[in-house]
Amino acid sequence: MKELTLPLKKEDIANLRAGDSVSLSGVILTARDCAHKRICEMLKKNEKLPFELKDAVIYYAGPCPAKTDKASGSCGPTTSARMESFAPWLFDIGLGAIIGKGEMNNEVREAIIRNQSVYFAAIGGAGALYGNAITKSECIAFPDLLSEAVHRLEVKNFPAVVAYDSFGGSIY
Amino acid sequence: MRKINTRLIEEAVYKAALQAGVNLTPTCVDAMKKARSEETNKAAKFALEKLIENSEIAVEQNMPVCQDTGMAVVLMEIGQEVFLEGKLLSDAVNDGVRNAYKDGYFRKSVCDPITRKNTSDNTPAVIHTEIVEGDKISITFMPKGFGSENMSRLYMLKPAQGIEGIINAVVETVALAGSRPCPPVYVGVGIGGTFDTCAFLAKKALTREIGSNNPNKDIAQIEREALKRINDLNIGCQGFHGDTTALGVSCEYAPTHIAGLPVAVNIQCHCVRCVKVII
Repeated sequence: MKELTLPLKKEDIANLRAGDSVSLSGVILTARDCAHKRICEMLKKNEKLPFELKDAVIYYAGPCPAKTDKASGSCGPTTSARMESFAPWLFDIGLGAIIGKGEMNNEVREAIIRNQSVYFAAIGGAGALYGNAITKSECIAFPDLLSEAVHRLEVKNFPAVVAYDSFGGSIY
Repeated sequence: MRKINTRLIEEAVYKAALQAGVNLTPTCVDAMKKARSEETNKAAKFALEKLIENSEIAVEQNMPVCQDTGMAVVLMEIGQEVFLEGKLLSDAVNDGVRNAYKDGYFRKSVCDPITRKNTSDNTPAVIHTEIVEGDKISITFMPKGFGSENMSRLYMLKPAQGIEGIINAVVETVALAGSRPCPPVYVGVGIGGTFDTCAFLAKKALTREIGSNNPNKDIAQIEREALKRINDLNIGCQGFHGDTTALGVSCEYAPTHIAGLPVAVNIQCHCVRCVKVII
């Protein structure tokens, strides 16, 4: 298991190979279907996003509400394929890495190679386990989207597997 | 005739929803543990270990086992000797769902199909009612996540395609879904009826326990053969390849038209959550 601190350095990414188990610690941002649509609409209109996308790690997820004694509710990954039309574009303008589950299309794989990025597969269905890996959660954009809003998460020992590496390797 | 106030149904739905969001069915946990012990692929075994750990954390901390606490699917068999009194049946079910999703800290995942605006309380539930013999009401509560629901398919086969066509349709659905629906999956298959009946039967098949066989020998043979062929696909847990792509296949059937052979394949992820209550 490789321990990695986010944001990733280029040398971290260069050392990752599809199939490697990793443990992530640092800051990630949640965004799924509706948030992606809104992010891309804002970018098309040259509007400033309410958060920094450069080197950010986007987690395709929509958490359950947090109980009062917890930083987050259950928060496993959602199916990445639904974000295929957005991901290459975001990688090309500086997105650092993505976390989700399941195969994505060739455009995404090529964008990952082109930008020396990485796609991590979190374990789909492990919502409770991931909820416990979150030490802090804050809604930073689009609160009207409820569970689909963008949350800034601080995570510690977040388990994942390298799905697509920067050399074109795939676990699928 | 037995009078039942729909308040009892509301309470039963509320309790069943809270239980279902947190707990996998015991047969699902057993099937996952069996898959872990038999798995030869390293990445798939790692994922299965994490999933079993996840199911234990969910129970210990009383939190949703998966953040996709689903659309609330409620199947009811109502004895025809029952007289329902109180609020409208669908209102009772929806009130139970609304309160459970709030009190359980479950995600509200229901929205308008066009505007995508969230209804904010996970209603309306999907409610199926059947009238049966007797004076009892059986309620089956199944939260249905959409990572797997999205990968479901419906085929209008030709009668000549027969058993082989049915099995091919089931295997093709799982193959096309690949890593996306959170395998290992549980596969519900509806055979026969009309376009709509076979889809309902596929959903109903998912309320059966994993490992149970249809009492009809021909149908049970389809279940076994389809499961074997699915597990030869080498998709494996999370699509990381490996020995277990499906935990089970359950088929339900109904008579159909001489011109048709409808087959619906409803995919359920490995989070098999289903609670049955009888009033």
